[in-house]
Amino acid sequence: MQKIGVFVCWCGSNIAGTVDVAAVVEAVKKIPDVAYAVDYKYMCSEEGQKIIKDAVEEYGLDRIVVCSCSPRMHEATFRKCAESIGINPYMVEIANIREQCSWVLKDVKVATEKAIQLAKAAIAKVRFNNPLHPGQSQVVKRALVIGGGIAGIQTALDIADAGYKVDILEKEPTIGGKMAQIDKTFPTLDCSACILTPKMVDAACHENITIHTYSDLEAVSGYVGNFDVTIRKKARSVKADICSGCGICTEKCPARKTPSEFDEGLRNRGAIYIPFAQAIPKVPVIDREACLKFKTGKCGVCSIVCPNGAIDYTQEDELITEKYGAIVLATGFELIDLENYGNLGYGRSKNVITSMQLERLTNAAGPTEGHLVCPASGKEPKSVVIVSCVGSRDTSGRGKTYCSKVCCMYNAKHAMYIREKYPNVDVTVFYIDVRTPGKGFDEFQRRAVEEYGVHYVRGQVGKIMSDKEGNLTVFASDLNSGRHLMLNPDLVVLACAVKPAKDARKLASMLTASIDTNDFYVEAHPKLRPVESPTAGIFLSGMCQGPKDIPETVSQAGAAAAKVIGLLAKDKLMTNPCTAKCNEQICSGCLTCTNVCPYGAISGVEKEVVTLNGTREKRVVAVVNEALCQGCGACTVACPSASMDLQGFTNKQILAEVDALC
Amino acid sequence: MQKIAELMRAKAVELLQSSKAERVLAWRAGEFFYDNAPAAFNDVDACQEIVYNEFCPANLAKYLIEATKQQKKTVVFLKPCDTYGVNQLLKDHRIKREYFYAVGTPCSGMLDVKKIKELGAKAITQITCEDNKVIVETPYGTKEFAKEEVLLDKCMMCKGNEYKIADEELGEKLEPIQFVGDRFAAVKAIEAMSAEERFAFWQEELSKCIRCNACRDICPACSCEQCIFDNQEAPVGGKAAADDVEEQLFHLIRAYHVAGRCVGCGECARVCPQGVKLGLLNLKFIKDINQFYGAYQAGEDATTPSPLVSYKENDPEAEEAVQRRG
Repeated sequence: MQKIGVFVCWCGSNIAGTVDVAAVVEAVKKIPDVAYAVDYKYMCSEEGQKIIKDAVEEYGLDRIVVCSCSPRMHEATFRKCAESIGINPYMVEIANIREQCSWVLKDVKVATEKAIQLAKAAIAKVRFNNPLHPGQSQVVKRALVIGGGIAGIQTALDIADAGYKVDILEKEPTIGGKMAQIDKTFPTLDCSACILTPKMVDAACHENITIHTYSDLEAVSGYVGNFDVTIRKKARSVKADICSGCGICTEKCPARKTPSEFDEGLRNRGAIYIPFAQAIPKVPVIDREACLKFKTGKCGVCSIVCPNGAIDYTQEDELITEKYGAIVLATGFELIDLENYGNLGYGRSKNVITSMQLERLTNAAGPTEGHLVCPASGKEPKSVVIVSCVGSRDTSGRGKTYCSKVCCMYNAKHAMYIREKYPNVDVTVFYIDVRTPGKGFDEFQRRAVEEYGVHYVRGQVGKIMSDKEGNLTVFASDLNSGRHLMLNPDLVVLACAVKPAKDARKLASMLTASIDTNDFYVEAHPKLRPVESPTAGIFLSGMCQGPKDIPETVSQAGAAAAKVIGLLAKDKLMTNPCTAKCNEQICSGCLTCTNVCPYGAISGVEKEVVTLNGTREKRVVAVVNEALCQGCGACTVACPSASMDLQGFTNKQILAEVDALC
Repeated sequence: MQKIAELMRAKAVELLQSSKAERVLAWRAGEFFYDNAPAAFNDVDACQEIVYNEFCPANLAKYLIEATKQQKKTVVFLKPCDTYGVNQLLKDHRIKREYFYAVGTPCSGMLDVKKIKELGAKAITQITCEDNKVIVETPYGTKEFAKEEVLLDKCMMCKGNEYKIADEELGEKLEPIQFVGDRFAAVKAIEAMSAEERFAFWQEELSKCIRCNACRDICPACSCEQCIFDNQEAPVGGKAAADDVEEQLFHLIRAYHVAGRCVGCGECARVCPQGVKLGLLNLKFIKDINQFYGAYQAGEDATTPSPLVSYKENDPEAEEAVQRRG
C-alpha cells in the first residue's frame, strides 16, 4: 500500500486568505492511501520542512504532495527536503494552489473547492510516480556571444577576463554595432566612439576572444553545457590575412550607388567597403550584389589597386563548427520601418530624418564631417522640430505599444547639442510625456529646457507636408494651451521606436529561446532571472531583451557574463531525469518523433527487439539520447502508438490527473 | 482488363521462376466475380488463379509489412493509387524496399457493385465495361449504366495514372478517371454547419460504428506494431471503451493519428460495413494541411516529411491559422 503525505501551505495569507486550508486537509484525508495530511503557515520554512520530515519518519510516507505555490518557486526546495530523509526527490508532487488558485479567485468557497481538486489531481499523479535518477553531463568551457555591439563586446570581455574562451559572432563586417554610429552619449555628452572603440580594441586583442565578423549562425544543436554550433563565415572576397587595411580599394571602387548602412543612407559607399575608420577587423568586404565584377564580369579595379594582392573574387563561404557551454544573445535592435507613418513625410522629404540619421549628421566622422545641414539643400537649418514617440506607445496598431525608453533622453541630447553648436537654430520638441528616470537624467533634460532654451511642446504632430520647393509645414497640437500649431522648420527629426533585430525570431527558433509578441527575447523570470532565457544555457544581454540605454546594457552584459561564468565554472551538470523513453516493443519505427524533437535527441536505430509475441525481430525503432533530451514531451504527443513516454510526466500520470479533475 | 490479368499471371510466373521473388501479392476471385480479395501466391501453379478486373479495389500495400518481417522478396501488383500507400509505408519504415518488387498495374477506375445493385440490377451474372458504359447482364435482361454512376466513391477522386513507385509497368497506362468538381465539397458543407448541427451530424455518423476495425486494418497509415486502442497499458485504450461517447472518439483519435500520413485512398470508407463517412475526417485534415502549409500529398514520394512534423520558418503561427480558417 502506498503512503502519501499531503502538506498544505498557507503562504501566510497568500493562500490561506482565500483558501480554507483546513477544509483542504480534511478533504484529502478521506482519499485512500493518504496516510497523513496537515496545514502549516510556511511549508517552505525550516519549520515547515521539519513537519514534512517528521511526518515521513512517523507515518512511513513514501510519496509527498505539497499544496503550495508554483513548482517554479519551491519544487526544488521540497525535493531536497525529501532527499534529505531518504525519499527519491521525484516522489514529490506540487499542487499549485497559489498562482493557479488563491491569487486568481476571490470567493473562498470556490477557491477552496478548486484547491481540493488540484490536490486530488496531484495525489492521483503521485500514485504513478517512480524514483528517477539524474545523470551527469560535461561542460564545454567556451561561450558564444551572438552580436558584437556594446552588449556583446562587454559580455565577451567579462567572460574572457574570468579566464574562459569566448567567441563573438557578428553579422556585419565589423563589431561595434549601433553604438559606433552614435555621435555623443547622454547624460555626459562624451563621444560615443571614444568610449566604445577602446573596448572594441580590447576585445580584438584579448587572448581569450575570437571574433567572427560577417558571419551568421548556421545551425545549433545540443543542450546546456554542450552546444554544437555551425557558423557561416560569409565570403568577404578579401583575404583577411594579407589585407593591410589601407583602404585604397574602397576609394577607387567605381560602383558607388549603394547607400552606406553605417551612415544611414546619407552617403553612398563603394561595392568594396569598410564601414567606418575604426572598424574591427579593418578588412573590407565586397558587396557582391553591388560589385561590377560580380554583376558583369568587368571591372576588377580593387584587385588591380590592392598593393598586397588580397582581393579574392573566388572566395567561398566557410562553415566552421565549434562546441560551446553557453550562448549569449546580444543581437540588439533596429529602428522600426516608417511605412505606416506616411503622414510624417519620411521618405517624401529628405529633410525629414530619423534620430539615427541625425547622429550621423552631427558626427565629425559622418557624411558632413559634423556640420548640421538639411540633406535636401545642404544648407544649415534655421529651425528644427523633433517628434517624440514615433511608433512608440502607439496603440493604434501602426507602431509598437511599448515605450522605447531611450528617446526622451536622446531628444534632449540632440536638442542640446544643436543649440550648443548653433545657438541661432530654434529647436522644438513635441512629446506625449517626458520620461527621464535615471541617474542625472532628469537634470539633463531640464538643462535642455532651462539653459539651452529648447522649446518643449506637449502634443503630437499630426501631419508634415512638403511643398514643391521642399518647404516643410508641421501641423501639431499644443495640448497644454489647446491650440493648433503650424510650424515651418527646415529639418524634422523623428524619434522612431526601437524594435528587436530582424533575425531575433529566426534565432529564437534555432535556439528554442522564447520571444514575446514584439520579438524581444523573454527572460526566465522578469524579476529574479532577468538575464537568462527559459532555455537552459541561453543568456540575454542588451536591447534584444527589451529597450534599454547604454549604461543599462553594459550592466546587463556584465550580469549575463556572471551567469555564464557561473555555468562554465562547473565541471559537471546534473541532467534532468525527466526525459523521454521509448518502449521498443511497440515502437513501429515511424520516427515521427525524430522530426518533432527540437533537440535532435531521438534517432532511428535498426536493432533486434522482442516483439509482443515474445519473438525477436530486427527493425527500426526510436532511441532517445537522454543527455540531449530536455523533457519537452513533443515526441510523446506525436507518437501514434504511445510507445514514447516522458518520465515524471507519463501518459498514465497525466490522464490520472485529468481523471481526478473530471 | 482480361489482357492485363494475363500479363499479370505471366509476369508473376516469370518473376518466381527467375527467383527474383519468392511470393506474389495479387487478387483472387471470391464467391462472385465482383468480390475479389487480396491473396498471396507462393508457386507458379497458384499464380494461374490471379484475377484482375474492375472489382479489385483493395490496396495490397499493407501486406508488405508481413513480407518485410519474413524477409521474403515479394512481387506486388500496384494500381497507380496504391503506390501512394507503399511510399507512405516506406516513409514510416514499416516496409523495406529490398523485400518487394513493385509491378505497376493499369487501372481505369474500379466499380461499386453496391451502387449497381442499388440501381436495380439483381442476380448479376456478368459485368463488362465499354468506354464509359457499364453493361450488366442479369437473368432478367441487360442493364446499361454510365460509368460515373457506378464508380467507387474513392475512384471519383482518382489521383491519375502515374505510378509513384514501380520496378516495372505492365502494358500501357489507361485513361484515368477525370475528376470534375471540388474534392472538398463535402468537407466544406460540414464546415458551413453550426456547431450544433455538426455535432449532431457526427453523432449520427459515428454511432453507426460497430468497432469492427476494418478501417484500421485496411489503412496504409495505420501500421503500428500495436494499436494504442489494443494496448492495455496505454490509458487511452481503456478509456475509449468506457462508454458510447468515448468509443466514438476512436475515429477522431484515429484521424489525428493518421493526419499528415493519410494518402487519401478512401479505403476506410470503402470497407466500412456500416457506411460511416470516414473519409471526411481525413479529407478535413488534408484540406487544412493544404491550406496552411501549401499543397501536400502524402505518399507522393517516400522521403518528404509531412508538414505536420516538419518546421519551416514561414509556417503560420497558431493565431494566424485560426484567423485563416475563419
